[in-house]
Amino acid sequence: MSRLNEANTLLAKEIIGRYPKARSATIPLLHLSQQQNGHITNDAIAHIAELVGATSAEVLGTCTFYEMFKMEPVGKYLVNICGTMSCQLLGADELMHHAEHSLGVKAGGTTADGMFTLEHAECQAACTEAPNMQVNYRHCHRMTTEKFDQLIDDLRAGRLDGDIPQHGTLARVRQVIPAEKAAGVALPDVPVEPAWMADGGKS
Amino acid sequence: MSDTAETTEEVVVDPNAVNITINGVPHVARKGQLVIDAAADAGEYIPRFCYHERMTPVGKCRMCLVECDSGRGPAVTVSCMVPVAPDMKVDTESPTTKRMQEGILELLLANHPLDCPVCDKGGECPLQDQAFSHGPGESRYVEEKRHYEKPIAISDLVFLDRERCILCDRCTRFADEVAGDALIHFNSRGNNTHITTFPDEPFASYFSGNTVQICPVGALTAKPYRFKARPWDLAQQESTCTTCSVGCRTVVQTSRDELLRVMGVDSDPVNHGWLCDRGRFDFESVKSEHRVQQPLVRVGADLQPATWNSAIAAAAALITEALAAGGAGSVAVLGGARGTNEDAFAWARLGHEVIGTPNVYAQMGDGLPAGLLALPRATIDQMASAATVVLLGPDLKEELPVLYLRLRAAAEKGRTRVIEFAPRHTGLTSYAWKHIGYEPGTQVQAMKSALADEAVAAQLAAGPVVVVAGRANLAESSAATVAAVREVLAAVPGATVLPAFRRGNVVGALQVGMRPRPGGLDTRGTLQAAAAGKIECLVLVGADPLSDFPDTDLARRGLAGATRIIAVDTFVTESAARANVVLAASAYAEKSGTHTNLEGRVTSLAAAVTPAGNCRADWMIAADLALELGTDLGYGSVADVTSDIAAKVAGHAGVTPDAVAGDGVLAEVNPQLDPMNQVEVQVGERNAYEYRLVVSRVLYDQAVGTAMSPSLAHLTRASAVHLHPLDIERVGTTDGARVKVSSTRTSVVFGVVADPSVLRGTAWVPFNQPGPEVGELIDCFAAVNDVRIETI
Ligand code: SF4
Ligand code: SF4
Ligand code: FES
Ligand code: FES
Repeated sequence: MSRLNEANTLLAKEIIGRYPKARSATIPLLHLSQQQNGHITNDAIAHIAELVGATSAEVLGTCTFYEMFKMEPVGKYLVNICGTMSCQLLGADELMHHAEHSLGVKAGGTTADGMFTLEHAECQAACTEAPNMQVNYRHCHRMTTEKFDQLIDDLRAGRLDGDIPQHGTLARVRQVIPAEKAAGVALPDVPVEPAWMADGGKS
Repeated sequence: MSDTAETTEEVVVDPNAVNITINGVPHVARKGQLVIDAAADAGEYIPRFCYHERMTPVGKCRMCLVECDSGRGPAVTVSCMVPVAPDMKVDTESPTTKRMQEGILELLLANHPLDCPVCDKGGECPLQDQAFSHGPGESRYVEEKRHYEKPIAISDLVFLDRERCILCDRCTRFADEVAGDALIHFNSRGNNTHITTFPDEPFASYFSGNTVQICPVGALTAKPYRFKARPWDLAQQESTCTTCSVGCRTVVQTSRDELLRVMGVDSDPVNHGWLCDRGRFDFESVKSEHRVQQPLVRVGADLQPATWNSAIAAAAALITEALAAGGAGSVAVLGGARGTNEDAFAWARLGHEVIGTPNVYAQMGDGLPAGLLALPRATIDQMASAATVVLLGPDLKEELPVLYLRLRAAAEKGRTRVIEFAPRHTGLTSYAWKHIGYEPGTQVQAMKSALADEAVAAQLAAGPVVVVAGRANLAESSAATVAAVREVLAAVPGATVLPAFRRGNVVGALQVGMRPRPGGLDTRGTLQAAAAGKIECLVLVGADPLSDFPDTDLARRGLAGATRIIAVDTFVTESAARANVVLAASAYAEKSGTHTNLEGRVTSLAAAVTPAGNCRADWMIAADLALELGTDLGYGSVADVTSDIAAKVAGHAGVTPDAVAGDGVLAEVNPQLDPMNQVEVQVGERNAYEYRLVVSRVLYDQAVGTAMSPSLAHLTRASAVHLHPLDIERVGTTDGARVKVSSTRTSVVFGVVADPSVLRGTAWVPFNQPGPEVGELIDCFAAVNDVRIETI
């Protein structure tokens, strides 16, 4: 069931076509699968392995290497609170404490209604805006407990649906690469130069 | 060196030489050589975990850090990743180097369970050894260590203890790079990194045992050896694997006269250190309780234990009676391919000289004519460096596994282009430059049209061509393959042939004389004559026609029709059970001698344990029997036989005890072998039998070596008919259902398996698997065998 659906399988094949080696598409396809199901299942991994010509063990290895791929179901919103130094000095611990309390889950847990997964995160590269947190990897700067409550309220009420898509969605505008600009699948020892490289990028 | 070179004053500059110093001592390294290897050549062993000479360096473990100065001052260098540079100064003993080594070891040991007293690797463990020689001696780590469930079975044969793993990437690299079965992989990241398989997809590689051998710690252990011995209790001897005819080099390890483990030895021309799991683990069958331990003589319906004297006398009497009843031509000797060259030679002499019969043969109707051995022979190395390999034989992965590794590596590295002709997809298909699927019987047409292809012709002209030839299908005669081999040899002058004969020492047996003399019968002819009541005495030397001969019906009629049967075997096989006398033969590792692999390389075999019960080596049995028949073969020891082979068998003059040590010596092609006869291939119409039958072996079958090895016995698959999914639809059945498969002979009911690797219009059945016998369907006189498939 959680293999890529028909539309996504077509898309997957198009994505694979962008790379000289099919297995280079492993990570984009994992994202695609996470977008489809909110997390990545073993069936999806086996399907991706088939599509890119790798073994399931290899795709699993790649998938588990990256924190942003979730092998367990997560809430609609993934709430990551930074706990690294700048944020910590400016109240990250209190923020986390408040979050745990108000969501009713420990860091790492998912609320019973499946809306929120709370996670502790390392530096999110927004130290000047500390304390920082992310919802589905969208930054929320200079957080306070009040702002946090407001944010959760808004998310629950669907007021931010337009701004923050559900977990797994990385982009709402999909990149389209015209066929002539894609490298296309070729044997590794005879790399095919994309047309735009051959003519110095004029096309 | 020639005289002229000695008198020349000129200094020849070797363009590949790189002058470096190692710990202040000048050394000439080779261009492109890694520092770690250059140091080893100079006698400085740099400690290491992840680096392995037969795999790509990855710089994972950092144990090999040394200081190198390439002109910009000493820098800490990963010696397994960095090649030598001119005037480089390598310091493997500097204080910095030592500090690095201590640091790396302390880090590696921080999470290591240090359970050496209960670890199988203890005593032969690179981590233990290098912690001792290069480690700091104590640890500052007092925190809780990592814990994992342990050990976990990652396959039927291999167990993984993740706590002991140092993440060196050797096993995973081997699986991916050498075996092509990337079924184990690193999972997760950082401190949580560990090796896993994909859930429900075990590390079912034919080569999994190699990972156990190269793991630098006790993280991977193999079921047959777990908790069996401590390394310091093991005695070991170099030997050769005789399970198939690749002849991989091994060490056989024993303790208290018990076989415990077989490990691969890195032989450059042959196996590069690797073994397949069948060859590595089938030694278990040698210690099987089902071995026949003493001679047996038939008394009424039963085979009763007997002394050697009475058994030899009984066997001699059978032969004498047979000679009296039907003359020498009514005696036939089959087999010899499972023993040593000495065994085969003594039996060939007994058959040809003492009994005087021309009917002696080592093949079981599942190879190609012995004349293939008289064609210009290629070595394994020549195959692995040829520009083109034309593969017209069995699935190498299933039948000659380490040959598959060598050819796969050559194809993967882009050295060699493989043109594969096969009746179905094989393990090599995905590495082949061209895969040409043919329907059995149409090899010649397939070859002709391939040769007419411009790209193929250009490729064949591009450099050395090696033809790997063998039997891809037991359900067709060898004629079409032989004819196709002739086609390619005629089209490519200078092409050489590597015979892909499978059974252990079949090439050796054929070369030293286990082949028919003029007018003699081969195995098929013998069985046919026996079925017609013309064989007064059939001698089976480690041969089991009932399970090995493709045409089961003929084998059965042959054994039933033979008036007297003498079996020389390690087990009472199906065929041996019909014998009048069973002579108990010693098995692999119970006897010494020599072995010849498919390229003609003669290597040594070690006797590592005393034979089971009263078993004797085949050559001894032959000598005893000859004596009883009135001829002294003149053999008092196996060395006598070895020197007799060197003296009498053409091409074997150089095969001396010294020469066969280590990598061995190539025996020259035996000029007495007749080149193959040209046979007309006639393939009839299929009529109502619409599926052409393809029958071939897979690695694990019911041969005694696997069936009697507890770790391997359950790895067989079920006997089933494999059809292309579209043909399954055409038959009107479904995957997993049962169908009736009929040939002109009989009908057999099989389960059906959907298998896209099978050509449309053909049906593939693996040979000698548990379940219905496909041999019942095979007529070995037909050019091809066609079957009808119906739902039931
Ligand atoms: S299991 Fe052994 S070979 Fe594999 S990574 Fe761990 S230490 Fe290395
Ligand atoms: S490839 Fe053949 S010779 Fe080598 S280990 Fe396997 S069975 Fe033995
Ligand atoms: S420390 Fe929190 S974003 Fe950098
Ligand atoms: S041996 Fe060089 S990094 Fe492991």
